[in-house]
Amino acid sequence: MEFKDYYQIMGLERSATADDIKQAYRKLAHKYHPDISKDPKGKEKFQEIGEAYAVLKNAEKRQAYDDLGKRPSGEKFTPPSDWQQHFNAGESDFNDVDLSDLFANFGGGRRTHQPRQAVPQAGQDYEITAPVSLEQLISGAEIDVRAELPEYDQNGLAHRVARTFRVTIPKAAVDGQRLRLVAKGGPGINGGRTGDLFVALAFQSHPLYRLNGRDLYMDLPLTPWEAVLGKTIQLPTLAGVVELTIKPGTIDGQKLRLAKRGLLSANGDIGALYAVVQIQVPKTVTPREQELFEQLASASDFNPRQHFVSGAHS
Amino acid sequence: MNREIDQSIWLNDVDVCQIDHLIEVSGLSLEEIEDLINHEIIVPQDRNANPRFFYLHYVMTVKMARRLRDDFQLDRNGLSLALTLLQRVQALEEELKRPTLAASTAN
Repeated sequence: MEFKDYYQIMGLERSATADDIKQAYRKLAHKYHPDISKDPKGKEKFQEIGEAYAVLKNAEKRQAYDDLGKRPSGEKFTPPSDWQQHFNAGESDFNDVDLSDLFANFGGGRRTHQPRQAVPQAGQDYEITAPVSLEQLISGAEIDVRAELPEYDQNGLAHRVARTFRVTIPKAAVDGQRLRLVAKGGPGINGGRTGDLFVALAFQSHPLYRLNGRDLYMDLPLTPWEAVLGKTIQLPTLAGVVELTIKPGTIDGQKLRLAKRGLLSANGDIGALYAVVQIQVPKTVTPREQELFEQLASASDFNPRQHFVSGAHS
Repeated sequence: MNREIDQSIWLNDVDVCQIDHLIEVSGLSLEEIEDLINHEIIVPQDRNANPRFFYLHYVMTVKMARRLRDDFQLDRNGLSLALTLLQRVQALEEELKRPTLAASTAN
């Protein structure tokens, strides 16, 4: 079993009072609670904090924890011999048991022969995040998601087991939406319902497309001559390559709309793909290109700053 | 590797459930859920319908309400206030994100 320094997690001395513990928990909850924190590791940190608080706020659990003595975090240790009795664990092996799961079982949390434990208790819900690419979304792909979930042995001791679930991404899903896998979370106690597993869909950024609602935006680099003369080009979309006609006189920043090339909405509508024109110039030119540009400069009357002059005269 | 093929429920803004379901999945009381409705933190699909139906994405809202209630020991007023403010923060963040997404990222 791996040791966790609950005092260190909560930033407390081992001599902390019950009030110190409560105050530290509140302060850390304000900082790391996953529903209010923007810290990407907030969820993980808050889980550790919650585990530590659950043990330290309970005098009996804290005493049992303190009896382990001070050890470095992560150190493997063998629990004292009386713990199997203390935690009502029978002959269960503690090796793959998480310290938090063990303390959750403190006093025989899953025993059934005592009346107070006969109250059904719902199993814990779990949530995992699944990265989803736009390609997976548009095709309604199946993805595998992996979660470490508790399974109880015959003595009621939780052992973490890796489980893999195959889920289908709804084509009209929105970034951050959840899929609920009913009764795939933690087992209930005394007939309580099994918890659920929630899969949070996290859309990955795409090298070509940016998402705005159900519309997609992409940059469309054009040469100056393609913009002036027009051209039919090959444009990659999520559903395959399409031909796009660039009209003569296309200007920088112009948005070319391709209807129904975006993402599916829950109501059945399909968003658009906007190709945003970026007129680019070569960073270096050949002598021949230089010559042609100079000829163009001599021959052209085009002055994009004409309004500067008229503005100055008015 | 063992792979379990699973039917999942998509918590979206199309499919609906009744208030009993929100109570069951969140562990909140009927009174607490009614408070959230009164403060328009969760809104029935049709306010005048009986029974009322709620979009499934509110499952996450009521579960969040339960977490906030338990983790911060909030009373009903405090809970409604916290959720209202969090929803406003979320709406503002989405508003801020919008022009960035639509803007061209020229080199």
